[in-house]
Amino acid sequence: MGCCVPETPGKNAIEVREVRKVFGAGEAQVVALETVSVSIRENEFFTLLGPSGCGKTTLLRLIAGFDFPTAGQIMLYGEDIAPLPPFKRPVNTVFQSYALFPHMSVAQNIGFGLEMLGKPKSEIKARVAEMLKLVRMEALANRRTSQISGGQQQRVALARALAPQPKVLLLDEPLSALDYKLRKEMQIELKRLQSETGITFIFVTHDQEEALTMSDRIAVMSSGKILQVGTPHDIYDRPAERFVADFIGETNFLKAEVVGQTNGRATVKLSSGVEIPASLPAGFSPAGKVTIVIRPEHAHLAGANDKASLSGVVENVVYLGTDTHFHLRLDDGDAFIVRQQNSRGGGDLVAQGSRAGILIGSDAAQVLKD
Amino acid sequence: MASAEETARAADRKDIRERWLLSAPALAIIFVAAIGPLFVMLAYSFMMKGDYGDVKPWTFSLDGWTSVLFQRDIFDDTLGLADAHLTILWRSIRLSFYTTLLTLIFGFPTAYFISTRAPTTREIWVFLVTIPFWTNLLIRTFAMQQVIRNEGLVNTALIWLGVIERPLQIMNTDVAILLGMVYVYLPLMVLPLYASMEKLDFRLVEAGYDLYASRWQVLRRIIFPLVKPGVIAGSILVFIPSLGAYVIPRVLGGGKNMMLGNLIELQFGSGRNWPLGAAISITLMVLVMIALLFYVRNVSKSETGHG
Repeated sequence: MGCCVPETPGKNAIEVREVRKVFGAGEAQVVALETVSVSIRENEFFTLLGPSGCGKTTLLRLIAGFDFPTAGQIMLYGEDIAPLPPFKRPVNTVFQSYALFPHMSVAQNIGFGLEMLGKPKSEIKARVAEMLKLVRMEALANRRTSQISGGQQQRVALARALAPQPKVLLLDEPLSALDYKLRKEMQIELKRLQSETGITFIFVTHDQEEALTMSDRIAVMSSGKILQVGTPHDIYDRPAERFVADFIGETNFLKAEVVGQTNGRATVKLSSGVEIPASLPAGFSPAGKVTIVIRPEHAHLAGANDKASLSGVVENVVYLGTDTHFHLRLDDGDAFIVRQQNSRGGGDLVAQGSRAGILIGSDAAQVLKD
Repeated sequence: MASAEETARAADRKDIRERWLLSAPALAIIFVAAIGPLFVMLAYSFMMKGDYGDVKPWTFSLDGWTSVLFQRDIFDDTLGLADAHLTILWRSIRLSFYTTLLTLIFGFPTAYFISTRAPTTREIWVFLVTIPFWTNLLIRTFAMQQVIRNEGLVNTALIWLGVIERPLQIMNTDVAILLGMVYVYLPLMVLPLYASMEKLDFRLVEAGYDLYASRWQVLRRIIFPLVKPGVIAGSILVFIPSLGAYVIPRVLGGGKNMMLGNLIELQFGSGRNWPLGAAISITLMVLVMIALLFYVRNVSKSETGHG
C-alpha cells in the first residue's frame, strides 16, 4: 500500500480496520469481504475498482450502514461508526438506481435529508436553492422525478446526497446507467463537485477508464480482497499483481529470471537472454523465475541499427487512427503487443509477416508478485 | 382509396357488432340479476306496505323512507326520530370504521413482513393468509363464538390463570361483533396491502435511512405514501362488507346488537315492512357509493401524483 508515493500528511476521513463480511450461515455462507484494511484521506476522490462480485459494493454498504461488518471497525474521523444505523452516520450515498422518491418533487427530494435532520425551513429552502444551482437544475425544482431525464435524475441524486453536507459521499456506480457521452460529462461534473464542495468521495466502479481519469487514489479489488492501493499512475505503471495488471489496460506478460537486485530494482533476464532493469513491488525481493509486465506503449519496434531486447514475427498490424498495434509472436512463442503512436508521413510501417525487434524502455518493466 | 376506407369502416362495424353479440350473455346476466332487482327495490321503497309483508302494488307512499329515520308516536301520532334505527346506523358506521382501522393496524405489519421475505417463501405466506377463505363464513363465525363465549377458550384460560374470577361478557356485545369482523376481514386488508408493498422499491427505504430518516419517519414519509393505493383499496374492501355485515352481528351480537344488515333482514322477515327494508337497503347502498367515490378520488389523485 502506498508503495511508491510517500504518505502525504493529512487526516484520514475513513479508516477501514480489518473488516470482514460474511453473508448467510453454515453451508450457504458466502464471504463477501475477506479481512480488509484501507485508509481514505480527507478531501480525497477515492475509487474502489473491481469486477462485479469483488466486494466493492459490500464495502461501500458497510461504510453507509446498510450492512454491518462481521468483524472489524470502520472509523470516521477516529470514531467507530460500524455499529451505527445509517441514519446516524454523517455519510450519504448516491445510488446506482438513484433511488429518488417518486412521490416528491425535485426540490423535496433534495431537501429531504435536511428536513429529517430537523433544520429550520428557511435554511432548507436556501440550501436546496444552492444545491439546485450547484447541479444546474434550478429550472426543474418543482418537477416530479419521473418527469426528468436519466442525466437529470443523476444530478438530483447527487444534490440530494450533498445537501446535508456529509463528511463522506459514497457513490455506487452512479454513472453506469448513462450513455457514453453523458457519462463523460458527468465524470467532469463529479470532479468539479468534489473540488467545489471539498467533501471526501468514495466512488465504486468496474470501469477502469473511469477510475483512472477521476480518482486521486484507487483500490483495486478482487474476490473480497484489496489487491493494491495507489494513485492512477501507480496502479497503471506499477501493478503489483497479475490481476491488477490484467484488469487495467492492455498488458504484455513475459517470463523472466531475476539475476540481480539493488534498492528495490532488479535486473531480469528475458527469454532472449537479454538483461533489462525492472521495478519491484514494495517489500518484495524475489529470486529465480518471475513474471514481468510491460505496457504496449512502453515498448517500441527496433530500427535497423538498434540492439533489440526481444524479437519475433509481426502477426498482425491493427491501425487505430491515433496509434497502431503490432501483434508479435516472440521467438519463445509468447504473444507481445507494441503500440506506436501514428504521425503523418511517419514513415515505414512494419509489414505483416516480417521479423521485427522490440526495444524496451529502461523503466518499462515491472516484476509481479505472482 | 375511398373503397379501402369503406371496407375498413365496414370491418370495424362488423367488429363492434360481434363484440356486442359476444358480451350479450354477460350483459343480460348483469342486468337481470343485478341491476333489475335494484330497480325493483327502488320501486318497493316508494310503495305502501302490505298487511302480511309484501307491498300494495302501485300505491305510492313515502312511509318507507320516512320510517328510515322517523317513527310515529303510538299515542299522539307525532313524528319523532327513530332512535333504534339511528343507533343501528351509528353502530354500523362505527364498527365498520373500527374494523377498518384495526385490520389496517394488524394487516400493515403482516403485509410488510410478507413482502420482505424471499420471493419463494412469500407465496407460502400469501397462501396461509387465504386459508380462512376455504371455510364458510358462518362456520368461522361460530368458531369465533367458541373462543369468546363465557365458557369459551379466552374466558376458561383467563379464569384458569387466575386473572379473572367470573367470565368476561364478550358475547352479545359490540366488542364481539368487532372481533368477529376484524378476524373475518383481515385477509381482505392484507392482500391488497401486500400487492402494493411487493412493488415497493426497497432501495427507496435505504435511501430514506441514508438521509437521516428514523424508522418511524421512513414508514410515514416513504413507505406509507408509496403503498397508499393499497391502504385505500384494503380499507374499501373491509369497510364495505363490514357496513352490510349480517352473519357476524347475528351470531356474535345476539338479537340486541343489530347492524344495518340485520335491520334489513328484520323488515323483510318478521317486521313485514318491505318498503322500509328496501329504503334501508338503498340507504346502505348510498353509503357504500360515498365510500367508493372517496376511494376513486384518492386513487386517481395518487396516480397522477406518481406521474
